[in-house]
Amino acid sequence: MKNRSLISISDFSREEILFILDEAEKFEKRPNQKILEHFVVSTLFFEPSTRTRLSFESAANRLGARVIGFSDAASTSVKKGESLKDTILTVSNYCDVIVMRHPQEGSARYASEVSPVPVINAGDGSNQHPTQCLLDLYSIRKTQKTLENLNIAFVGDLKYGRTVHSLVIALTQYNTTFHLVSPPELKLPSAVKLYIKERNLEYFQYTDLAEVAGKVDILYMTRIQQERFADPLEFERVRNSYVLTNALLDHSRKNLRILHPLPRVSEIHTDVDDNPKAYYYRQMQNGVYVRQAILSAILGAIPMK
Amino acid sequence: MAKQSIRKELKVSAIENGTVIDHIPPKSLFQVIRILNLDQIDHQVLFGTNLDSQKYGKKGIIKVGNKYFESEEINKIALVAPTATLIVIKDYTVVYKSKVEIPDRINRIVKCFNPNCITNHQDIPTLFYVLDKEDLKLRCHYCEKTTKKDDIRFV
Repeated sequence: MKNRSLISISDFSREEILFILDEAEKFEKRPNQKILEHFVVSTLFFEPSTRTRLSFESAANRLGARVIGFSDAASTSVKKGESLKDTILTVSNYCDVIVMRHPQEGSARYASEVSPVPVINAGDGSNQHPTQCLLDLYSIRKTQKTLENLNIAFVGDLKYGRTVHSLVIALTQYNTTFHLVSPPELKLPSAVKLYIKERNLEYFQYTDLAEVAGKVDILYMTRIQQERFADPLEFERVRNSYVLTNALLDHSRKNLRILHPLPRVSEIHTDVDDNPKAYYYRQMQNGVYVRQAILSAILGAIPMK
Repeated sequence: MAKQSIRKELKVSAIENGTVIDHIPPKSLFQVIRILNLDQIDHQVLFGTNLDSQKYGKKGIIKVGNKYFESEEINKIALVAPTATLIVIKDYTVVYKSKVEIPDRINRIVKCFNPNCITNHQDIPTLFYVLDKEDLKLRCHYCEKTTKKDDIRFV
């Protein structure tokens, strides 16, 4: 994996994904190791994303790497009209790996094609966010002890949610049964369903959250955004009907865990936060270990056999 | 028989040297003219549409004198007129004849339909993978979004 870019989850094979998850487990046990002491990581955030940036920077710092970069394109030459190519070629002189977030789809793929150093995509518009996908897989495997044969529910905005699309596609490798809960106007796009169908896996669609709570091992909640609705009243109605409460979890499986890519607004009632089945804060913490594994693998500090 | 062939020739007369694009779906004729910029060239251009076709019922045809198309131009024709036949004429004789073919990858000529795709904001040549040749669907190499037949625009 040394010197390879990570742009889309499909850039990594099943074996490579499992290697990253195994290595992340080791970093969870020993998060502070100076194995990247001689490396410089740059974090180029052309649009702000505090959680993802801090998670990468924490991962790099815990391994002894130095971090340079910016958290908002407004303070850079981009504002003067510099092309993405020129920004990437300039920054690549100063670092060993580029972590980038950009508001336009395809920007990370393009950056990886012009950059002499590897690029890690930390989100390109609505397209891909592979490190989120890997930390979701890590959290699922950690809480269920396996990735195979699980019943996984996705709830909320399944149409526009990029984390949902990447994760569904990644999970089709593990004989998952999918439970898709959304309002009719926010159903999973058929292009994504095609991956499920190609592998002959089962999927069920629901509009009512109460129907799935007792059937699944993982409940993956997402935020429904107001800008997806032309009618504000319709938004209120939909939003209020996809709220997870403790009462809904009464008859859920013992091993059920609740995931959410965060930020959360109202889709998980705060009462659920103290429920032992709530896992979303730990999920965020797992992001650091997974990003430690990705940085180390790409910088060649942990060779894959 | 002889009478029929004379009548056929009258409809769109023959060219000495150049290219004939035959079997164009009638509705695509003017689009083909547009994408090849035939309205801008200085060579002789003859065209007809809604002509009788044994194969397709109705067809369009374009004859361009002293012009031979590059592969990028032929790919453009294939995208808007997939049934078209390309005939190269030299000295009133057919020297090459072949159906156009939609390639597996389309380089540079198509614009991505996704307004938020990086190729629509920076000076980057586009690249698409053809997902479906029958019901034309292209996937952008960069933003990974699909551009469908009716949404295809040329760079």
